Amino acid sequence: MTRPPRDYDDIPGTYVFDAHRTRQGYALNMFCKSLDEAENRESFAADEAAYLGRFDLTAAQRTAVLDREWLRMLELGGNIYYTFKLAIFDRRSMQYIGGQMSGMTEEEFRQMMLDGGRPADG
Amino acid sequence: MAEVIAGVGTSHTPAIGAAVDHGRTAEPYWQPVFAGYERAREWIADIRPDVAIIVYNDHASAFSLEVIPTFAIGVAPEFPPADEGYGPRDIPMVQGAPDLAWHIAESLILDEFDMTICNVMPVDHGLTVPLSVMFDQPEKWPCRVIPLHVNMIQYPPPTGARCYKLGQAIRRAVESFDEDLKVAVFGTGGMSHQLQGERAGLTNPEFDAHFLDHLGPDPKRLTALSHTDYIRRAGSEGMELVMWFIMRGALAEKVREVHRHYHIAASNTSVGLIIYENA
Repeated sequence: MTRPPRDYDDIPGTYVFDAHRTRQGYALNMFCKSLDEAENRESFAADEAAYLGRFDLTAAQRTAVLDREWLRMLELGGNIYYTFKLAIFDRRSMQYIGGQMSGMTEEEFRQMMLDGGRPADG
Repeated sequence: MAEVIAGVGTSHTPAIGAAVDHGRTAEPYWQPVFAGYERAREWIADIRPDVAIIVYNDHASAFSLEVIPTFAIGVAPEFPPADEGYGPRDIPMVQGAPDLAWHIAESLILDEFDMTICNVMPVDHGLTVPLSVMFDQPEKWPCRVIPLHVNMIQYPPPTGARCYKLGQAIRRAVESFDEDLKVAVFGTGGMSHQLQGERAGLTNPEFDAHFLDHLGPDPKRLTALSHTDYIRRAGSEGMELVMWFIMRGALAEKVREVHRHYHIAASNTSVGLIIYENA
């Protein structure tokens, strides 16, 4: 897949969900979407690796899901609204996931938000 | 004749809905958020709209990557709260306004806005949290609702300028409906926030203040902002603010600001609320 440069490429720590990422992450995100169904959540809970076999994930995407590498999932085409469905499955909060993606504990992340959030010039 | 009488811009942060649902609004963390909603709730109880057109983005609940409508309008008699993984919110069924919704859908398409029309549309926190913000916990919602979804997941969402024009077209549509109805338009989402990546937790109060200052008197100054301006300054999810232009476009050229509220932060998001009446 060729990808022309975009004027948002220099924005740090940000994974704009454009055509390139959608194509890269389609199966990964649709796996996450499947967790909307209770029956699928039960199957995934029973045997995560086997359930992932139903989706056409790359080896790297499978590993990222099984190891819950939240930032890596974005690098591999995941979208936060989809990967957060996996976080809900794990009973994790958005602040936990925010911390995992930015190298902080959930408590540190929560405190950062109480202190006014992360400055936009970063 | 139906008439757009007022506009509301509000964040739709899921944690705000959860705070209402779990009776936590008086806790120290939430009290400053909900204190700013009191005036808004009094105001809307006073003006009593018959219908609220709620502009929001579905968050991979009703839609997935299989089909990605840029603009979609709900024409069903009712819209159930979506199950976002926790079970559906324990809130009243959202009652639709099919006669007006179909009229708006037809009018918009003939006015060159090619809407997707939805007869089935579970509504997620994007739509139901604004109802909780404005109406708290009634036994039934005091107005009927027309959901209007805007794609925000797949880049690019529609531009701010396009959203403003859609709002103007909605106003024309409402005003050509032959029934005396008071209509409010809610633009939801924002304010500055970013949920994803190493930059998660971003806020930008200067950007938000600028947005709130200019949306009423000078919206054209804001509709000129590019997608990259939003991502860079308001965060990747801060781009949701373009939905507020649909609300603004549906109002008269001159508006009067009734109420404003701003707080950092609820969960991961800068929270804003603004209310306008036609001047």
